This record gives sequence, C-alpha cells and structure tokens, in this order.
Amino acid sequence: MNKIIKYVLLDIIKSKIIIAYTLFLLLLSIGLFNLGGSPDKGILSLLNLVLLTVPLISIVFATTHFYNSYEFMELLVSQPINRTKIFMSEYLAVALSLSVAFLVGVGIPVAVFGAGLTGFYLVLTGVFITFIFVAMAFLASVITRDKAKGIGIALMLWFYFALIYDGIVLFILYAFGDYPLEYATLAMTVLNPVDLGRIIVLLNLDVSALMGYTGALYKSIFGSVWGITAAFGLLLLWALIPVLSSRRIFSRRDL
Amino acid sequence: MRNSTKQIFILAYILALTLGSQVALGNNTLNVCKTCPYTSVKEAVAKAAAGDTIVVDGGTYQEHGIEINKPLAILGRNNPVIDSNFKGQILTVLSDNVTIQGLTLQNIATSYRHDDAAIRVVQRSNVRILNNTILNTYFGIYLQYSEGIVVKDNVVKGEKGDKAESSLGNAIHVYRTDEVEITGNTVQGHRDGIYLEVVKDSEVHHNTSQENQRYGLHFMFSNGNNYTYNTFRHNGAGVAVMYTDKVHMEHNTFENNWGAASYGLLLKDIRDSVIRNNIFRRNTTGIYMESSSRLDMQHNNFERNGWAIKLLTSSIDNTLKLNNFTGNSFDISTNGPSQLNHVENNYWEKYTGYDLDKDGVGDVPYRPVSLFSMLVERVPPSVMFMRSFMVDLLDNMEKVLPSIIPENLVDEKPLMSRVKHDSDRKLTQVVR
Amino acid sequence: MIAIENLHKSYGKLQVLRNVSVEFSPGKVVSIIGPNGAGKTTLSKCILGMVLPDSGEIKIDGQSVLGKHAYRSQIGYMPQIGRYPENMKIRQVIEMIRDIRKDAKEVDEELIGLYSLKEIDEKRMGALSGGTKQKVSAALAFMFNPRILILDEPTAGLDPIAAEILKSKILKEKKRGKLILITSHIMSEIEEVADEVLCLVDGSIKFYETIPDLKAHTQEERLSRAVAKIMNEGYHP
Repeated sequence: MNKIIKYVLLDIIKSKIIIAYTLFLLLLSIGLFNLGGSPDKGILSLLNLVLLTVPLISIVFATTHFYNSYEFMELLVSQPINRTKIFMSEYLAVALSLSVAFLVGVGIPVAVFGAGLTGFYLVLTGVFITFIFVAMAFLASVITRDKAKGIGIALMLWFYFALIYDGIVLFILYAFGDYPLEYATLAMTVLNPVDLGRIIVLLNLDVSALMGYTGALYKSIFGSVWGITAAFGLLLLWALIPVLSSRRIFSRRDL
Repeated sequence: MRNSTKQIFILAYILALTLGSQVALGNNTLNVCKTCPYTSVKEAVAKAAAGDTIVVDGGTYQEHGIEINKPLAILGRNNPVIDSNFKGQILTVLSDNVTIQGLTLQNIATSYRHDDAAIRVVQRSNVRILNNTILNTYFGIYLQYSEGIVVKDNVVKGEKGDKAESSLGNAIHVYRTDEVEITGNTVQGHRDGIYLEVVKDSEVHHNTSQENQRYGLHFMFSNGNNYTYNTFRHNGAGVAVMYTDKVHMEHNTFENNWGAASYGLLLKDIRDSVIRNNIFRRNTTGIYMESSSRLDMQHNNFERNGWAIKLLTSSIDNTLKLNNFTGNSFDISTNGPSQLNHVENNYWEKYTGYDLDKDGVGDVPYRPVSLFSMLVERVPPSVMFMRSFMVDLLDNMEKVLPSIIPENLVDEKPLMSRVKHDSDRKLTQVVR
Repeated sequence: MIAIENLHKSYGKLQVLRNVSVEFSPGKVVSIIGPNGAGKTTLSKCILGMVLPDSGEIKIDGQSVLGKHAYRSQIGYMPQIGRYPENMKIRQVIEMIRDIRKDAKEVDEELIGLYSLKEIDEKRMGALSGGTKQKVSAALAFMFNPRILILDEPTAGLDPIAAEILKSKILKEKKRGKLILITSHIMSEIEEVADEVLCLVDGSIKFYETIPDLKAHTQEERLSRAVAKIMNEGYHP
C-alpha cells in the first residue's frame, strides 16, 4: 500500500496544480495576516477563505484526479493487489498531498505570525476539511463513471455544504424562531462539516465572548477539552463515512 | 524619599486645616500609636474636642465601631491599618466637617442586616474621604442622606472570589446624597463598583472600576450628574444606568465587559443626556438602549464589540453622529421595524460605498443594521452561523435591496474616513 | 487451466454475457472474436477481476478466483488503451510495477529490449504516442513471465515492425506452455498466431473451435471467409 501511495504522491506532486494551490494559499495567508493587523483578525479572514476554497479545490481536484487515474487504477487492478488497497492508496495520496499543500500554504504563515491555539485549530480544521472533501469527491467519482457527471455531483456537494445548507438552516431557524432552538441548532451545525469547522475556530477565537448569551452557551460546549475532542471526532466521522462507503462501492463495481 | 514628601504634605495639610477651618473650635493634635498617649483611635476620638486632628501612626489597630460624632480630621501617617477582624463597621461619621485620610481599613464580614461598611456617613455634610485603602470589606464607603461629600483617591478592593452576587456589597455606595464628588478612586472586586441611587448634581471623574461582580457603575433616579474620564473594564455586566435624566457621560472608557449578559453601557429609561467622546472597546454589547430618548451620542469610538449598539425600538429621537464604528461583529441591531433616530455622519468601517465628489462623505447611504443581526435578534441560536458565507451573501443582497431591515435606520451621509475626534474639528464643523 | 461456468453479466438492462461456459487449456493461443459489444472485453475483464459477474464461476486450476486478487500474479494483461500517470517516466512505471510484484521469480525484459524502451526511459508517459504506450503495456504484460496472458487488441496502434515483434513473442510464449487470450478484429493476424477461435455474439458463445476445424467445416481457405460464412448462415457445430 505504501508503495502505491508513494507513486501516486509522486505523480500528484509533480503536477503543477498542487504547487499552484500551495502558492495560492501561501500568498493569501501572508497577505491576510499582513492586512489584518492582529493575528486574530488574520485568522478570522483566513477562516472564510479556508472554508470556501479548501473544500472547493479539494473536491474538484480529487474528482478530476480520480477520473484521470482511471486507467492507472485499471493497470493496478490487473496486478495482484487488493482493490481496497488501491482505493485507499489513491485516497490517502490525494488527501495527504492536498493537506501538505494546506499545511505549507496556511500552517506555516499561521505558525510564523503566532496565531496560537486558535491558529492550530484552524490548521487542524483545514486538514480535516481536506480529508472530508476528498472523501466526498471519491464518493461522487465511484457513483458514476461519467467524468462530467462526477464533477457535477462533486460541485453540487460543495455548493450544498458551503452555501445551500446554511441557507436552509437559517430558513428553518427563522420559521421556528418561537421555539427554543439552542440544541437543534447545535445538531444542525454538526450535520455540516463546514459549519462544524467554522464554529470550532470561531468559538475558540477571542470573539466568542462577543456572541452574547447563546455564544457563551456554545462556547461552554466547544471550549472544553471534551467538546473540542468530540467536535474533531465528528469531523473524523465526516471523513470516514464517505471514504468507507465509497471504498465499499469501489470494491464491488466494474472497472 | 516618598515617605518624607508624604509627611510634608500631611503637615502642610494639617497647617491649612488648622488655619483655615472656620468651624474648628479646638486645634489640638492627638497622636495615636503604640507608645503614644493614645493607643487606639477610638480612645483618641472620645477624648478629642471638635476641630481637633488625630494623627494615627503606622501599625495595626484592632478596632471597630468607631463613631465620629464631632468635626475631626483623622489622618494616617506611615500607613496605619485599622482591622475590624470581621467584627463590624469601622468608621461611622455622625458629624459634619469630618476628614478621613490616609488610613487602611480592612476585613469586614458580610452582614445582611447592617450593610456594614468601612466608612459610613449618615445624614451629614462636608465630609472628605481621601487617600484611604479599603480592603476585603462588605461595603467600602457608604453614604446615605448626606450632601457635599468628597470621595477622592481611595482604593477599594474586595475579594469577590467566587462569592454569590448577594453576599457582596458595593465599593462606593451612595444613597439619597447630593453634591457628591467621586474622583480618582480605584474600585474592584465588589458587587457594584460605584452605586448611586437618587443622587443629584454630583461629579464622578477619573475613577477606575474593574472586575466587579455585577456593574462597574450603577445608578438610578440620579439626575444631573456628570461622569467623565472614568474607566470601566472587566465588570461582570458592565455599566448599567436607569431611570435618569440629564446625564453627562464623556471621555469614559468601557472595555472588556465580556460575557453572556454583559454590556459596556446599559441604558434604560435615560433621557435628555449626553454621551460623547467615550470609547467602547471589546464589549459583548457596547451600548444597550431601552426606552431611552433624546440622547446626544457623538464622537464615540466603538471598537471590536460584539454588538456596538443594541437599539431597541422603544428608544426614539436619539442622535448618533460622528462616531467611529470599527471591527464590531454587528454595528447596530434592533428588534423591530420602526426607528425614529437621527443617524448621520458616522464612520462605519464596514461601509463599502464610494465618494465621487471627494467631500469625505459617501455618496450612497449606509445601513448599519444587517439582515443577520435582525435574525440573531429574533432567533439567538442563529448566531452560530456568524461568518458563514451564506450569511455574508444574504447581508449583501439585503443591503442592495432592503426588504426586512428597518428602512429609516440609515446613515445617509456616512463618512469615508475615521473621525479624529480631537484634531478633526474642521471637518466636524463643516459637517455640522 | 481456466474454467468458466455459466457466467452471467449485465450492465443495467443490457445483458453482456449470457450463460457463458468455456474452458481454456495451456499451450494455446485463443482468439476471442465477435462483433462490437459482443462481450469480448467484458469476458477478459471478468477473468482479471475488473468486472464482477452477476452469477457463474471462474476457476483457475480448479480454484475460484472471484473476489480474490493473489491469482493475478499469474496473469499478464495488456489493455486496449494503456493510460498511465502522466508525470511518471517510463522507467518509473516499469520500476513501480516491478516494485509491486517483487515476489516474481523471473523477470522477462525481452520486449523492453526489442522495443528499445531503455533508450527513452526518461520520457514522461504523458508525452508518449499511443503506439509507444502500447509497447510499454506489452512489455509490462510479459515482464513477469505469467502463465496466462490476456491481450486486448494488442496490435492496434502498433507499427508493423512492433506488431511483428509482439506476434513472434506471443508464439514464443505459447511454446513455453502458456495460455494466451487475444481479443482482436484482424483475421489475418488471428490466423497467424491463434490456435483456437472463440466467437461471442450478443453475450453467448457462437462457436469455439480450432482454426483447422473451422476451415474444414466451412470449406473455406481463409479464416475471414470462414467466419463470415458462419455469421451469415447461422452455423451450429
């Protein structure tokens, strides 16, 4: 398995896209930290960027990569290798290379500009988001053989999680505003990894106290060691569920 | 060095007091120390004649229940400490023309029946409480039914620990007393830092009130007072003022009042008042306004608050001009549609309009109330979606085509750059 | 050597293989022919485990291979269109496959030499022509000296010289007792290398005979005519 990861990684790193992605993140992070003044402000601006672009680039890159590696996977499948191994190698290689790009592009500026624990949470969230959206990309890719359809599904997934979901939830909150919704809201944010990641970072930033009574309630949940562990555990689940289900589909389908 | 200047100061003061005092009948000085004729303050007070000066020398005196029933000056020298040992009130002033200066008073237990304080003034006038340090008491300085009191340069520190609000007293508590001057005090660790109830024509300047359990400053039914150059920070619920007219609050700093229900300044039923040149920095809510009207709010800075201003619809006819709004999560939020306030010529960092004629005033109006802030007001849990991309999108759409946000809460002439309150007089002249 | 029993496969509503049962024995070159969409590639992919049959059984040396992967060390496969990671060099691809099949005892580099792949082994796969990629695919298929070779349209895209090299390699390996399955449309080529012809039509076996038998039955001299005759007349052996 390590061998295959090695070769796929080598292939991805050689392609210019991942380098461009790294540089893009690096420039934006340094720019935002310099503009923001304080590290906290830099983190806040970076947060929006991370939650919008990282999922988009991860899901599009991973989907395209999957379809482009189709024949390569065929070649491997004709070798005496387990399909699961091939699939997991592809997944790990893509997720790892995107994560490394993210760590270099965002992690290093965060460390250099001294953003502390919140910065660490931001970077960790970004890595999780990368793994989650690569997993979703792979799920989209194993559902259909048609590349255009697969990229379409991937984009819809991104659109849903980055945008539409929040719209739906806001609408629900507005419609049921007369009921106590504290825990319902909590549950609804857990159902979207992007929201979950945003809240982990936001509530551990200084601004959390500025969110008033409800902010304080959620801070007491996500601010504790137990809460933050549970939140990252949920993010892990968000990566595992699509990975395992797409792995299952992949090992039971025709190539 | 420092001690000798202090001594000179005290001597000069005694001189001035003995020469200048009209009411003083006697002018003897009674010394209290371990080896002096008087070894306790109580003894000296009992023996002193009206107008005498009692000088308390350094050392710790285990005393309580000292009743000052004649005009006296009690002056501390070399930091004397009067320790009540949790047995009750220390100094009770029952006479006019009393000066208490330079003492350290400490250790008074919580007493729900007596409201014990380090210094209590009852129905008197012309009392001066200067340069004292009051530590670990229930109430610090308690003034009632008096007038013409000066409370200056004292430090009142409680140890709030994790005590319940009800077991804490106020640092400076003023009830039905007029013409009080509270200046240069540092108060912390009590229930309220400075508490005024039915207090008129008083001045509160240059105080620092911090880390109190409830409010840094709390007043009600206290018309015509001035509050300037005070700093209120890290108080449990900020500053709350209620049911009062004709208040002047200027050059104060309200900062770091964080927490679930914390305000920089909570205004309830305040009318005809002036709030100018204050700084509201990093509070959960900068100003909360309920049923307040005809307030003149100008030249204030609102920096990095959760909500800069929560303006409830019951507040009308207020003026918001030449204020700076920077780095706030929400600039203004409100709970309903109709607002009759005058918002003009403020600087809003979030403003994205343009200024084609280069007169420093933006050409398109700014709407400080965002759709999201309306939603959060209606459904508080939706604050969880702060900084969500969808929220930003909706806010921007609503700004272009307002349908839900209040139509007349708008700054028609937003400024393009920050108001520099001191140097920008020219601009502010033009704008006026 | 390979036994296929009652194999069924459909893609949605489309039945690709219907009850295919056949046995292949070693030392033979079997050509699988049939019109487009008859199920030739599907059949070979079933053997490779790339396509999973709906029902039926595939056995190699009496052992079922469905859902397994280790048996593929005995198979060399040359796909119709070989696509490789674009940024890898020829050398790296070959090294990678060797790396994966480290346990192969014998490494056959004859085709690498004949196709002069060593001379261009620093070229990126993405920069190669279709023909050169086929050469790489061929070299890889034969490299580990497998007992079974599955070649999907092997000569399509190869220049005549390269095609000749491949054909002689096929015959050479046949003599060493290997089973070689070739899907192809080029009858002259089949006539040159194949011993037996398996014809699939609409997912069923139309016939499976040796070439001499086929010619005798149809009384035709050339294979292409013989096949055409059967197709047209509906021949049942």
